[in-house]
Amino acid sequence: MEKRVTFKGWKLPLLLIFPQLLISVVFFFYPAGQAIWQSLFIPDPFGLSSQFVGLGNFEFLLSDQYYRASFLTTAIFSILVTVVSMVVALFLAVMADRLIKGAGVYRTLLIWPYAVAPAVAGVLWLFMFNTRVGVVSWYVGLLGYDWNHVLNGGEAMGLVVVASSWGRISYNFLFFFAALQAVPKSVIEAAAIDGARFWRRFFTIVLPLLSPTVFFLLVVNIVYAFFETFGVIHTITSGGPQQSTTILVYKVFSDGFVGQDLGSSAAQSVVLLVLVGALTIVQFKFIEKRVHY
Amino acid sequence: MAQTRQSTQSGMVEKRGRSLWLTHVLMIIGVLVVFFPIWLAFVASTVTQADIVSPPMPLVPGEHFFENYKKALFSGINVPVSTMLINSLIMAIGIALGKIAISLVSAFAIVYFKFPGRTFFFWLIFLTLMLPVEVRIVPTYEVIAGFGMLNSYSGLILPLVASATATFLFRQFFLTIPDELAEAARVDGARPMRFFIDIVIPMSRTNIAALFVILFIYGWNQYLWPLLITTDPEMNTIVMGIKQMFPSGDDFADWPVIMATSILAMIPPVIVVVSMQKLFVRGLVDSEK
Amino acid sequence: MKFRRQFRHSLCIGAAAVAGLFTTTVHAATEVQFWHAFTGRLGELVAEQVETFNSSQSDFEVVASHKGNYSETLNAGIAAFRAKEQPHILMVFEVGTATMMSAKGAVKPVFEVMADAGAEFDADAYIGSVKGYYTTTDGEMLSLPFNSSTPVLWVNKDALKEAGVDPEVDLSTWQKVDEVLTKVHAAGSKCPMTTAWQSWIHLENLSAYHNTPFATKDNGFAGVDTELAFNSELQVKHIQTMGDWAKDGKFMYAGRRNEGGANFRAGECALFTESSAGYAGIKAEAKFDFAVRPLPYWEGTEGAPQNTIIGGASLWAMAGHSDDEYKGVATFLNFLSSDDIQAKWHQDTGYLPITAAAGEKTKADGFYDDNPGTDIAVIQMTANAPTANSKGLRLGAFDQIRGIIDEELEAVWSGDKDAQTAMDSAVERGNKLLRRFEQANK
Repeated sequence: MEKRVTFKGWKLPLLLIFPQLLISVVFFFYPAGQAIWQSLFIPDPFGLSSQFVGLGNFEFLLSDQYYRASFLTTAIFSILVTVVSMVVALFLAVMADRLIKGAGVYRTLLIWPYAVAPAVAGVLWLFMFNTRVGVVSWYVGLLGYDWNHVLNGGEAMGLVVVASSWGRISYNFLFFFAALQAVPKSVIEAAAIDGARFWRRFFTIVLPLLSPTVFFLLVVNIVYAFFETFGVIHTITSGGPQQSTTILVYKVFSDGFVGQDLGSSAAQSVVLLVLVGALTIVQFKFIEKRVHY
Repeated sequence: MAQTRQSTQSGMVEKRGRSLWLTHVLMIIGVLVVFFPIWLAFVASTVTQADIVSPPMPLVPGEHFFENYKKALFSGINVPVSTMLINSLIMAIGIALGKIAISLVSAFAIVYFKFPGRTFFFWLIFLTLMLPVEVRIVPTYEVIAGFGMLNSYSGLILPLVASATATFLFRQFFLTIPDELAEAARVDGARPMRFFIDIVIPMSRTNIAALFVILFIYGWNQYLWPLLITTDPEMNTIVMGIKQMFPSGDDFADWPVIMATSILAMIPPVIVVVSMQKLFVRGLVDSEK
Repeated sequence: MKFRRQFRHSLCIGAAAVAGLFTTTVHAATEVQFWHAFTGRLGELVAEQVETFNSSQSDFEVVASHKGNYSETLNAGIAAFRAKEQPHILMVFEVGTATMMSAKGAVKPVFEVMADAGAEFDADAYIGSVKGYYTTTDGEMLSLPFNSSTPVLWVNKDALKEAGVDPEVDLSTWQKVDEVLTKVHAAGSKCPMTTAWQSWIHLENLSAYHNTPFATKDNGFAGVDTELAFNSELQVKHIQTMGDWAKDGKFMYAGRRNEGGANFRAGECALFTESSAGYAGIKAEAKFDFAVRPLPYWEGTEGAPQNTIIGGASLWAMAGHSDDEYKGVATFLNFLSSDDIQAKWHQDTGYLPITAAAGEKTKADGFYDDNPGTDIAVIQMTANAPTANSKGLRLGAFDQIRGIIDEELEAVWSGDKDAQTAMDSAVERGNKLLRRFEQANK
């Protein structure tokens, strides 16, 4: 990973790295340190007084079955979002790759959802599945299925997963498509000669070549599902019903900013910090290895 | 690369005639499904509230396009949508450019220099990877307030620049730049900054473009942070504006205007993404390898 | 205003803070920041009130900002206070009352604002059951009630007729409602009844209306060591009944807030329990004949019907501003309480008038005669002098507790839990939060 050739000197690199360091310290490390410190207290919302409770906030969290459940919810949600968005994107990318004409047009159209903010995506999907005015829920109702994600936790989860995956399909599609275009043409030809066996060959020959892209997208999508889906959940379900769509980040927000329980919220931030730290190291080690091939 | 493949594949077109049609059909279905939410939002933005509240709403656009968009653009909630669009633009561009600038130089320092504390600084910066502002939002808010940056573009932008994603990608890319180039530069006696400006930056063009797209979208999509720090309606951004159009109490949602605003909110990022899609993909795929 | 806007536009990045300083010197008028949670039609009405105020005098200029929904507005206010950037006036919904009350040092009670400013202020002019929610046990007003409503029963007369039920049928008790729902359901209706704000209407108000404690210590008015008590017989009976209705298809649940309103306004539902402030929306959208009835009660429960309690929001003056600015706050709050403004607000929105005089004026205007049923909420609220159980609620972390109640109620509606289990669980979980709140506010 290291460059063999490097420049000498230490003043210049320090100067170059300084802006980023400064911003990281001021807007990241200091606030993160504050969060750790605050997790040892139960403050009142206005910051007028606070009680030192040691690890009391963490004890409170761990004794809360809904907090423990939210780990599982987060895991299920993240896996579903990752799998759904990647499988659909891969399928579309393979299709587009087989086309000589028109692939660009499809790509241009498919790319749109990536540009839609999660909060806006939430609004669009809520609009389609709104139990009252939703077009999709209305037609589903005609088929005899009574759609009500407001009460049904499974439907709620399904809806936030689809809404969250939607924008990611575009993103993943771009990567898969580009990766497929870069696969040596002889390999594609070998796979394409016999149409009937296309998919089998695809899985045995082409997919392994895509594995770097697959792994990269796995990590990126899991991180996305962890954090950036906040807007989707906030607009569609607000974590309900019965906390069935409350993922960890949403809980930090709802306990801290709806419940005004800053102690618990800070403790949850610390838990997330640890979790993300671990994830980062895993990703880092992994990409580090991959750079070699 | 596309051209070479085209010529070699053209021979197979006839053989694949039927399956090609099938592929087109599947693609079209895929595009229709993926595109449907946006289409529906557009339709909803051209009809009346009455058309929407008595389901099923129509699936083809109505006649109230101008009326709804005018209402959204020029009246909005506290401020017209046009003001929020400008704020969002400044915020998104500021975040994208700011992050690219500081990341380029710091990645250059990390890759091309050996200096005391390098590993330490390196990990310090990379620890910031991926931790969103939501998780440390209260203390961050206090920092911004302490600097008197509430209701300012710098307050909107700076905390979101504090993440290492761009630094990370640039580092990955710099590592792939052949050592010979740096070697040659060093033999020629070129100063590091000359090498940086003459060689590294031009070579990073596509990566910069790709990151610009990603960071622009990232900045544009921010919701919770602008909501907290912009107490002056003149500073609101559009994504938070849409959420605010939903009634908080005993009122009803004005769907046509909300949907018109949603469409307006996606136009700038769509333009960025669509117009830069090729650069975007190339830049990312290259650096990722 | 216009000048300021253009002026601001011409500023470049980072200069907004400077602009803040600049504008105060440009304008001789003292600026009063007012953060509220209203959008849409209500937002426009607030903007109109503010504009009327600003043009009526030249000493003060109120600047109203919408800060999101109720929770978001409260958060914005709290976060701003921590950053010493708090507005002068903050709108806080009723469940945030305990949070604000215990934040001594962060707020300046309204009675103090008025006294310090030397403003005319007669606490007795306000309707008892409205201000009761926001006064100390000594009767001193802490925040000014702004928009207050109380739950009523909305009836779609056409839907009843269609189901072969007399649209004027007696719906005063839940027993009678049950009979009607059965008929409407038998006639094929998909939504005989729906509700908004389930915890507020079917637990908080249910308890007050039947003079039954929702929490110990006078519903929290007498101390922060209060415990929830809504798992008693009355509440469990009511929730179980509704759970059975949900199972039978007689009650359709649409959401935690007022999502059900859309269904009712579209004419799908026969009955709808919702705030009296749903009036303007229903009037604007409903294409059927509708009526307002008092909230039903359980016949046979002693003391019922007592009085219902309010929901909505009040205006808090935040601490840390200059005397001159508080003078502006006092002037503006008095302006909002004035008869004309209040009567108009009441008539436009369906919110309750906060002063008796505004109610009288509305009556004199002939509004109740032209819009029959709009006075039902006022009557229902003021029918009896509030008891310790019907004065209101003062519970910490109550927004979060409502979330818990919502979750447990949803479990009942979907048939996952019976009412007793759900209410016991809600009480247990809520009490944990109350203890944390107690600890934070020692």
